[in-house]
Amino acid sequence: MESIVRNDLHPAFSMRGITKMFGTVLANDSVDFEVLPGEIHALLGENGSGKSTLMNVLSGIYRPDDGQIEVYGELKEFRSPGDAIDSGIGMIHQHYKLAEAMTATENIVAGMKKPPKNSGKKDDVLRTDILRYASRSPAKTQQKIIEFSSRFGIEFDPSIPAGQLSVSQKQSVEIIKVLLRGASILILDEPTAVLTPQEAKKLFSVLRKMAAQGCAIVFISHKLNEIMALCDRVTVLRKGQSIETCTVSEIDAYDLVEKMVGRKINLSINKPDPDPERRVCLDVKGLTYSDSKSVPKLDNLSFTTYYGEILGVAGLAGGGQKELCESIAGIIRPQQGDILVDNERIAGLSPRDITQKGVAMCFIPEDRLGMGLVASMGIEENILLKEYALTKGPLIRMKDATTKAEQIINELEIKTPGLKHPVRMLSGGNIQKVILGREIHLNPKLMIAAYAVRGLDIHSSYTIYNLLNEQKQKNVSVLYIGEDLDVLIDLCDRIMVLCQGKNMGIVDASSTTKEEIGQMMSGTTLEELKRGVSYV
Amino acid sequence: MFRITKKESFTKAEAIIYRLFGFSVGIIFSGIIIAALGYPVFKTFISLAEGSFGSSIAIRNTISFLIPLSVTALGLSIAFKMRYWNIGGEGQILMGATAAMGVSMVLPSGMPGPLMMLSMLVAGFIGGSIWALIPGFFRINMKTNETLFTLMMNYLAICFVQYLYFELWRDPAKKGFPGIQDIPFRARIPYVSGISLAILAPLIIVLVVYFLIKKTKLGYEIRVVGESEPTAHYAGMNVKKIMFVGVMLSGGIVGVAGAVKLMGSTGTLSSSLGGGAGFTAIVIAWLANLSAPMIVLVSFLIAALEQGAQFIQVRMGVPAAVADIVKGLILMSVLGSEFMLRYKILFGVHTASKKLEERASVDPTMQDSDPESEVVEDSI
Repeated sequence: MESIVRNDLHPAFSMRGITKMFGTVLANDSVDFEVLPGEIHALLGENGSGKSTLMNVLSGIYRPDDGQIEVYGELKEFRSPGDAIDSGIGMIHQHYKLAEAMTATENIVAGMKKPPKNSGKKDDVLRTDILRYASRSPAKTQQKIIEFSSRFGIEFDPSIPAGQLSVSQKQSVEIIKVLLRGASILILDEPTAVLTPQEAKKLFSVLRKMAAQGCAIVFISHKLNEIMALCDRVTVLRKGQSIETCTVSEIDAYDLVEKMVGRKINLSINKPDPDPERRVCLDVKGLTYSDSKSVPKLDNLSFTTYYGEILGVAGLAGGGQKELCESIAGIIRPQQGDILVDNERIAGLSPRDITQKGVAMCFIPEDRLGMGLVASMGIEENILLKEYALTKGPLIRMKDATTKAEQIINELEIKTPGLKHPVRMLSGGNIQKVILGREIHLNPKLMIAAYAVRGLDIHSSYTIYNLLNEQKQKNVSVLYIGEDLDVLIDLCDRIMVLCQGKNMGIVDASSTTKEEIGQMMSGTTLEELKRGVSYV
Repeated sequence: MFRITKKESFTKAEAIIYRLFGFSVGIIFSGIIIAALGYPVFKTFISLAEGSFGSSIAIRNTISFLIPLSVTALGLSIAFKMRYWNIGGEGQILMGATAAMGVSMVLPSGMPGPLMMLSMLVAGFIGGSIWALIPGFFRINMKTNETLFTLMMNYLAICFVQYLYFELWRDPAKKGFPGIQDIPFRARIPYVSGISLAILAPLIIVLVVYFLIKKTKLGYEIRVVGESEPTAHYAGMNVKKIMFVGVMLSGGIVGVAGAVKLMGSTGTLSSSLGGGAGFTAIVIAWLANLSAPMIVLVSFLIAALEQGAQFIQVRMGVPAAVADIVKGLILMSVLGSEFMLRYKILFGVHTASKKLEERASVDPTMQDSDPESEVVEDSI
């Protein structure tokens, strides 16, 4: 660890007894949390454990029902996010809030305040300078911003419009923006979720430099290996309570999971052998699709999947995964190329036509409540979604759906107060189980699962992995779109890497590495890698 | 400092209590205003009730108010279920009536009454649905804004009917006065023991709409499309077709309201035939939460209020503006009670111990829901 933990100082901030209630749900239950200057402190917890609530309280978005916040030893009461910013607290949200048409510089300068005179903070001169130059000399402002950024090893061109920056550069702009507003306490909400492994490494070195210069950093993440590699201490939240704060070097990943979940969990995914016959299920040839703004999303994409295997798809967000799934499922119409399932041509057909052709395919979309389910309807009416068209006559038949719903609830142990209880009120894991249960009951031969564990807690994720493996053993061909490379490697038999809608190559999961996939994700093809060419 | 949070749930009893409370608050406030203006409070309210239910004539008038309101609201509710903002009820009423009127002028006068009425009703349906489908076509195929488009169609319909009234269908028998002839007597909806058979229209249509939405595939599709178009696509539904049929049904039923009004009460066509029912029905549909049976109930209350407000103007000499204030205050208070029912207002800062007490009484199944995704919270 490069960063220095200075125990002799006041904590950068300390939250004591923070309690926050939403309706009848206690999101934070007298949580204690403190971070020292110069420390990278991880905040770990499952979904719904109260991490976001706690951080929203710290950044002034929510007001706590009870509890105290001290910043550098001074008692504070934040009435708005502005108050928190003035106290030096900056939050980097998961979704960046940049004006795409404005340059990075303009984004950084917009909303900057003149520092109060004699505030004693070290970057005041710089901030005043930047503001002074902002309207007169963009070149000088940019120069100042580049100087400031280089202190932390951040590199980007501040003169290009934010919309043209890569995801990781946008993140850098957000960080600089927050720092130049005088933040010395930085909250990063799952910052690596959208980055390649290489970009994540770069971010870590930036964060270490910031910590070395005295910043206090709160790092929110699900990924244990990142926490182990980056952070000094970790605070675990569970069901709205702070369970424990420990020093990372004195603990291992298994202990952390146990603290987070409250019981021991086996972290390995068992991987049954794929069907050795390798019969082709899905055959995609030269698939090309541009969206309504003629932005190319899929570019001459070809691949095949086999029965009884899981083919993983890796790639950066927006790399064409969504369009690939939706073309196969018949939701969007590719402009070129062919899709064959069992030699049956399905490209350009609607989902209903595909079913009528006798192609049993199921699709678990990325947007569960917005596409896979009807959020305000209960489980039985959601089961009906894929069934109602199959019966004769103009009336719906509720009875069959009710029986099936009860069956799925039992099989997958879905927790719900009733069949008519709106599915949006269920937890993320249960929502995903409703879709999976419904789709598995269609007896598919091809299953497409997009980000099937996104936002799920560890326990639910493993349930989903098991269900996918069960399908594989039933000789279903599974196409699994994933984010977490460790999971892709552990779960899938082969992994296809997409970059800007192109197939960069398909690697064998048992012999590949995260680094290899990472390089392919950022645009190096497998062939080039084998020849030793790399652009990264 | 106070905050507003959404309630998790409420019971039926709570719902009734809150609404009754809202109604009483409206009565109290309008009572204060009536008293301040120097009118006798109790007598005014008694007259208000008398005006709506006090005599057989009053009840009959209330019902004749209720019919177009409820049928229109039922029609609009189908479009609203699809999140298709059909604000064009007034125009669809007029065009339904116009089509029915046209048919009555063309049909041979010797035709049996029931057959004539049936053709006029069908014409009303077609007239309303065509008027609704014009903006519907553009919305479905070109994503135009249906709110503005349907609204504008109202004014077009009014102008069109005025043109018929003053020019094309002007009745020469009126000796220079503008106006359209009356529909043949045999085409008028008969009365049975003092009650117009037009009352059958809302009673039948409420059953049809309820059955359509709850029990048919089309109704299910309409609900899914309204909730989320991507889900409808995902399930393989033909969203354009469903929207087309939904808009057609919606406009058609509203058109029937116009035809019924023509055949049951006005007997002739004029641009004031709608009488604002197309707009009031929007409020009714939402107040009833788009539930078909509730729409009839709410229409009844609104009709009664409307009728009573007219009566106090005559009986008590209360100015029309005051009657409007009374009507508005009662309606607003009931609407306010809906808000109080769904949200709660928290004052000051709650202490942790109180929270923990509350938590102990929480239904355990609710613990599973993700607090961060569920919460609607605003600080004021």
